[in-house]
Amino acid sequence: MLIKKPDPIKSSEITDRAVWQDRRRLIKAAAAAGVGLVAERAGALASRPGQGQAISGVVDTDYGRGLALTDFQDATSYNNFYEFGTAKSDPARHAHSLQTRPWTVRVDGECDKPGEIGIEDILKDFTQEERIYRFRCVEAWAMTVPWVGFPLGDLLKRFQPNSRANFVAFETLFDPQQMPGQQRGVLDWPYREGLRMDEAMHPLTLLATGLYGEVLPNQNGAPLRLVVPLKYGFKSIKSIVGIRFVRDIPETTWWKLAPREYGFYANVNPQVDHPRWSQKRHRVLGAGLFAAKQPTQLFNGYAEQVAGLYRGMDLSRFY
Amino acid sequence: MIDKMRRLTIWWLVFLGGLLPLAGIVHGGLYGDLGPNPVEAVLHGTGDWALRLLLLTLAMRPLQRLTGRPGWLRWRRMLGLYSFFYATLHGLTWAWLDQQWDLSGMLVDVVKRPYITVGFTALALLLPLAATSTRAAMRRLGRRWQRLHRLVYPIAVLAVLHFVWLVKADWEEPAIYGGVLGVMLVLRIPTVMLVLRRVLGLERPILARRAGDSP
Repeated sequence: MLIKKPDPIKSSEITDRAVWQDRRRLIKAAAAAGVGLVAERAGALASRPGQGQAISGVVDTDYGRGLALTDFQDATSYNNFYEFGTAKSDPARHAHSLQTRPWTVRVDGECDKPGEIGIEDILKDFTQEERIYRFRCVEAWAMTVPWVGFPLGDLLKRFQPNSRANFVAFETLFDPQQMPGQQRGVLDWPYREGLRMDEAMHPLTLLATGLYGEVLPNQNGAPLRLVVPLKYGFKSIKSIVGIRFVRDIPETTWWKLAPREYGFYANVNPQVDHPRWSQKRHRVLGAGLFAAKQPTQLFNGYAEQVAGLYRGMDLSRFY
Repeated sequence: MIDKMRRLTIWWLVFLGGLLPLAGIVHGGLYGDLGPNPVEAVLHGTGDWALRLLLLTLAMRPLQRLTGRPGWLRWRRMLGLYSFFYATLHGLTWAWLDQQWDLSGMLVDVVKRPYITVGFTALALLLPLAATSTRAAMRRLGRRWQRLHRLVYPIAVLAVLHFVWLVKADWEEPAIYGGVLGVMLVLRIPTVMLVLRRVLGLERPILARRAGDSP
């Protein structure tokens, strides 16, 4: 079921592209003229670490403004990406074998215009925004990342899902040569995830192409990954090659592996513990040896934006 | 005299060797080398070494039986105490750095989370063994000492279980520890040891020995 909601922002209120582009030009000109413009968070993108290729034309947004960012080094050296090994440091060490160009995503299933789209077109056709999101892993650690990307819904609309599209299923690349972790049967490869259609179309749900203003490092799911900040990290599937509109709830990797421990929804919820550990608090990456854990918020702090999606649902049953 | 010197040197080497993992962790902490999640690094580091040293302690008896040299048994006390030392650091890291001394939260975890329950039990059971590790205690307890120290077997099983139950999907590492523990236990079966000694050529066939023994 696809419910069309009116856009919350009237088009007349959206700043015209020419205006903000001009604003950026003016700022640049001012900086070049040596006016000594002090960069403040408002209107300033996360500073680039200079490790990867910059993404051009990234638009600043209000998402997460004021949140303290996790260090680039921490966010890119402590990852769960079993395709490159199960230790947190494995992806950063082994993901160089992944070839992210050329890269094509196939979109099919219950839609009127199935087809393929290349990563270059994705970067060109969709306005890339910077959004700072909290990221909470099911293992009770968290970070805050300035992602670059665009709403998943924008991409999905292009393929015109039909009335039978109740869910969206995603699939990671399967190639044990490029992804040596797949040579072991730790998970049922390829990695699969899924969202309910309304979750997929929700404006918070992001398809990320980068972080810190640069293309995604391989270990963070290059060249294209999902980011659903209200859900545990394993829902945010990496290195996507397939998107399919489906009628029935799709089987997803962790849910299938241990249904008592990982649900399809996997919404961050301090009241619903993992059977083996508490989800009430989490450790913040980079906080050091002596920092206390932080309290975890319902829907990872995005309750205001998304509670409507789950109204009337028993969250302890549909975890 | 030279023998005594050699023995003392080895003692110091083993003693200092047991401190190396701690030195590595402390160094990592001081130089910020423990990665983005240092608490986890200390927890895993101390836990790994507690388990490794426990298995090493359990390897001394089979080594003595294999080589026929009783000297191996001498190291059990130091290795066992080091295992207890790292297990204690592991527990303290959990209580302090991970739980920030939140006693009610810790109690809930010990009761409610099976992997913490077995880990806590293993550490608690190590306590009386460490406390009775002196020669005086051995003398005082007599035969009961040996019975008490057989607790090391259930402790090792609990420690491996503690590891198995905290893993999400990749059981390779706890399986290796479990496998090593299994080998240590199987080698305590007299028949197994006898066969192994024969296979390795350490034991002459019984008939041959009889022939050789005859005057």
